[in-house]
Amino acid sequence: MGAAVIVKGLKKTFNLRHSHSLKETLVWLVKGRKGDLTKKFDALHDVSFEIQDGETVALLGFNGSGKSTLLKLISGVILPDQGTVRTKGRVAGLIEVGAGFHPDLSGRENVFLNAAILGMTEQEINEKFDEIVAFSEIEQFIDTEVKFYSSGMFLRLAFAVAVHTQPDIFLVDEILAVGDEPFQRKCLAKIKQLSDEGRTLVVVSHDLDMISRICDRGVVLSSGTVQFEGPADQAVAWLRERN
Amino acid sequence: MANSTDIYAVPGVGAGLLDVFRRRYLLKLIVRKELRVRYRGSVLGLAWSYVKPLVQYLVLFFALGIVLRVGDQIPNYALYMFSGVIVVNFFTEAFSNATRSIVWNAALVKKIYLPRELFPVASVWVAAVHFLPQLVVLLAAALFNGWRPDVMQLVGAALGFVIVAVTATGLGLLAGAINVFFRDAENIVDMLMMIVTWTSPVLYDWTMIRRLAPDWVLTIYQLNPVTVAVELFHWAFWYPTVTKPVELPPHLMLTGLAGLGMAAVFLIIGQLVFRRLEGHFAQEV
Repeated sequence: MGAAVIVKGLKKTFNLRHSHSLKETLVWLVKGRKGDLTKKFDALHDVSFEIQDGETVALLGFNGSGKSTLLKLISGVILPDQGTVRTKGRVAGLIEVGAGFHPDLSGRENVFLNAAILGMTEQEINEKFDEIVAFSEIEQFIDTEVKFYSSGMFLRLAFAVAVHTQPDIFLVDEILAVGDEPFQRKCLAKIKQLSDEGRTLVVVSHDLDMISRICDRGVVLSSGTVQFEGPADQAVAWLRERN
Repeated sequence: MANSTDIYAVPGVGAGLLDVFRRRYLLKLIVRKELRVRYRGSVLGLAWSYVKPLVQYLVLFFALGIVLRVGDQIPNYALYMFSGVIVVNFFTEAFSNATRSIVWNAALVKKIYLPRELFPVASVWVAAVHFLPQLVVLLAAALFNGWRPDVMQLVGAALGFVIVAVTATGLGLLAGAINVFFRDAENIVDMLMMIVTWTSPVLYDWTMIRRLAPDWVLTIYQLNPVTVAVELFHWAFWYPTVTKPVELPPHLMLTGLAGLGMAAVFLIIGQLVFRRLEGHFAQEV
């Protein structure tokens, strides 16, 4: 046991730059670097917390509070400007369902590609393939190109791949709104099962009822800083009070 | 990666090209995806990559030979040129696609962490897959001209291929990383690719440069990794078919090793710059 994720003094600043032109930069340099070439925006500021092994933690907050940025920092997609993130074991992020899917490939090819992107080996994918397809319930379309899928089918397959990658730390960003109600229930059951297996889950969602049901703890962010940290139902209540 | 002394990993910081090697199964799938997507909805599919070089060879043969009468100066000129042309084709496709690879895969780069070196490396692999049919056409043309190579010449050709692949990977990493921040990079690379055909002895031979330029220019000219590879290919595929006395550049294998050294330098620079800039890819691309 111990901490699975350690976040210390995180700061992340984004440049609000709207052009990608060498010319503008040169002009700016020639003019003696007058003014800021770009505007800056602090997405996160001095954020510290720990997530223990096997915990299910929700990151809460309104739009623009920095939740997704924090998740991206934990997954390694972006790097912090200050502070450190440390993770233990394999991290798989569902920052966006189906990010690695290509519309021109068949469902089968996409399963292999996406599973490999999420860190599975060839052997693991071969072993899990049937289970993944069965979970998605779209067996008969598995050799159809994904561009012909309905959005529901697409999300089902993408979610099925992600939950079968068996990471130690599983990052989930607003994807539990997947498919119809029976499938949503199935997804939640799967999430619970992952948590029961002792995996660490970090969940970002606006569905507060769901969060108080499945999460142990909540971290509330507002304007890039941690405002509240505690049991999930208290975190939800804290957030609701300020709504 | 976790080990006994420190079980905690820093997310988003990998081992660069070493990680690409570790995740070669993923590399294979990405290369396959690129090829599949490239030929989607096409009846001939990958066969197109045989048709195109064949046409290119015929154009060289008829246009340059019969119209421009290049054959008066260079025996077996079509074979001479084609063996250089396919080296340049491989280099330009690999380099310019690697330059665009990060931007093309923006959706992935933004959402999921994976070794980003995968994308430029995959571009070079895809170019290598397209190189194969060109090599087949070249071999057919060489055999037609009575080709009998010795082992060293074949080793030289393999060395030439490796030099170009490594150079393209290194420069592709460099330009691909810069292209995330300044899309001008891909235009600069496109421009360079127009020049590359002429900075190597593809459509003429090296003695023309020797006649025109001072020695030190010739030395620089011959240290260009693409030039090195082109000359190695001439030596392997064209020289054995020539019956008239022709002059090859001296010390080809030695220059080849120097070219490999140059290629390695490009690779190291490319990887270093790539790693420096990589941390900002997801937010800038």
